Amino acid sequence: MTADDADGILVRVGQVDKEFKRGSEVVHVLGGLDLEIPNGEFLALMGPSGSGKSTLLNLIGGLDRPSEGSVEVGGQRVDQLSARKLATWRARHVGLVFQFYNLMPVLNAQKNVELPLLLTRLSRSERKKRASLALDIVGLSHRAGHYPRQLSGGEQQRTGIARAIVTDPTLLLCDEPTGDLDRKSGDEVLDLLQALNKEQGKTIIMVTHDNHAANRASRILYLNKGQLSIDPVD
Amino acid sequence: MRSVSQRKGSSAAALFGIAGVVAVMVGVLSIAQGVRKTMDGSAVDENAIVLRSGADSEMMSGLAGDDTRIIAEAPGIARNGDGALASPELFVIINLPMRSTGTDANVPLRGVQGQATAVRDSFQLVAGRMFEWGLNEVIVGTGAQEEFAGLEIGSSIEVGQDNWPVVGAFSARGGIAESEIWVDAAVLQPAFRRGNSFQSVAVKLESPQAYDEFKNSLTSDPRLNVKPQREAEYYASQSRTVYNMITGLGTLIAVIMGLGAVFGALNTMYTAVSSRTREIATLRALGFHSTPVIISVLSESLVLAFAGGLIGAGLAWLAFDGFRAATLNWSSFSAITFAFDVNADLLAQGIIFALLIGLAGGLFPAIRAARQPVAQALREL
Ligand SMILES: Nc1ncnc2c1ncn2[C@@H]1O[C@H](COP(=O)(O)OP(=O)(O)O)[C@@H](O)[C@H]1O
Ligand SMILES: [Mg+2]
Repeated sequence: MTADDADGILVRVGQVDKEFKRGSEVVHVLGGLDLEIPNGEFLALMGPSGSGKSTLLNLIGGLDRPSEGSVEVGGQRVDQLSARKLATWRARHVGLVFQFYNLMPVLNAQKNVELPLLLTRLSRSERKKRASLALDIVGLSHRAGHYPRQLSGGEQQRTGIARAIVTDPTLLLCDEPTGDLDRKSGDEVLDLLQALNKEQGKTIIMVTHDNHAANRASRILYLNKGQLSIDPVD
Repeated sequence: MRSVSQRKGSSAAALFGIAGVVAVMVGVLSIAQGVRKTMDGSAVDENAIVLRSGADSEMMSGLAGDDTRIIAEAPGIARNGDGALASPELFVIINLPMRSTGTDANVPLRGVQGQATAVRDSFQLVAGRMFEWGLNEVIVGTGAQEEFAGLEIGSSIEVGQDNWPVVGAFSARGGIAESEIWVDAAVLQPAFRRGNSFQSVAVKLESPQAYDEFKNSLTSDPRLNVKPQREAEYYASQSRTVYNMITGLGTLIAVIMGLGAVFGALNTMYTAVSSRTREIATLRALGFHSTPVIISVLSESLVLAFAGGLIGAGLAWLAFDGFRAATLNWSSFSAITFAFDVNADLLAQGIIFALLIGLAGGLFPAIRAARQPVAQALREL
């Protein structure tokens, strides 16, 4: 996946509305939202809880569809793909990092990292090699055989990041990646994300409510009342 | 997808639930099999039984002594040194206490003549001696001996005002005769005021093919008003009632328990699947399609059900196979003893039943897990 045109824009969100139906009630989360993210950017998304940060991230990552508007990533209209094609597209182009790591408890770190590669045509030995490399990048080679419950929170999140980068996606979507970590582990994770952005040119969108974390990004946007702005609210 | 199918915990309940259902189902159905096997095992191809026309069982039949002599002269009957292999027999019911409960139950008492043991070539004296012709002595089938109290050799049974000593025990290759007590017909007739009448004639034919000739000659004889039947036909009609009743009952019990197990399994699978909502949602977010999710959830449910089915069938087999019991023969209202028969067919049926439970229990949670929008599933943590 490469930026689709000369101006190097990787993600283009145009006039997106998103509403959820909760019973008879309709919740308007995003309204007429526009966003462009250049290739290679490290963007922090901030905003009050419930403002729709995760929702926006999900739309960009093809985990959900907008009610109105378009979402284009690397020239691909992801809002128009079928559920099946979308799954394949995600596997190939997006790396996801979750607040609570979402590792498989019955798999060790190595196997967890290898998981997304099961969706590729890579040989067993090639999968193993790439997973080891990804674990090496996050500094966890020595923990490859450990199960999630044997790892600290920070180590689990770094395993999660290794899983997100193992398929070598251009776009990394991180939803509060340090939200459940102490300061020191959080800093290690942020160091890692920053390095991935600087050294490997990964485009990163990181949702956070922590200013300290957001300051690591190259740009900060605030989401409030369904719209984005460059100014903090209130 | 190995991860999805590797959780134990809450599954144990479903496992044992399914095992229980299958054990009971196989157990109950093995009764029906056992009864049928006893009845079928009694039948011999070249044997036939003659009752009065319109009689469905020996109990309801009646034949004059003269009739039995005419029947014995029919063509097709095999012969030995003592003449035709035809045995006019009396069939009455007496009461004896069951070993298990101490309560009285009906036992068939059969009055026989000399050719009775030659007609039934499965007959074998296994203990004591044959009764003396003309004396108030009886021999007892081994099945009856196991089921009823006071049938040991040396003890005696009460018939009317008299006590008739038990002098021997016989087997009949597991056949229905083992549930009976035998005595000389000439002794039984006066004791039950039967004059010179009988109820049935058991015959051995020269060959199974001789039956048609034998039957035609009896039914076309103007002096007789009788109904010949092949032994197999007769026993099949006798055992049908019991077989159908027990099979019906067994199926009913199995269905009721099965419904319970389905809900149990459903509940377990729901719990198991929802405890893995995050895992399944994560897998789908990473790009795994719904089909493998459905397959993995379903296969886990099926593996669980299969294991439960195996355990249940195994338990039933260990507990019941060969276990002897008595049941009522609904045609003669007498007890027939039989062995529970847990055979391969029943075990397979039990396991198939378990798999159906597993399928029903796993399908809905699987579809639910796969249908739920990924973004929504990820929120439900
Ligand atoms: N699948 C959904 N169904 C119904 N409401 C939802 C769903 N997803 C999000 N919402 C609602 O949308 C709003 C924004 O949620 P979210 O994007 O998770 O906020 P944030 O991540 O900024 O805290 C919240 O009010 C939330 O309850
Ligand atoms: Mg959120």
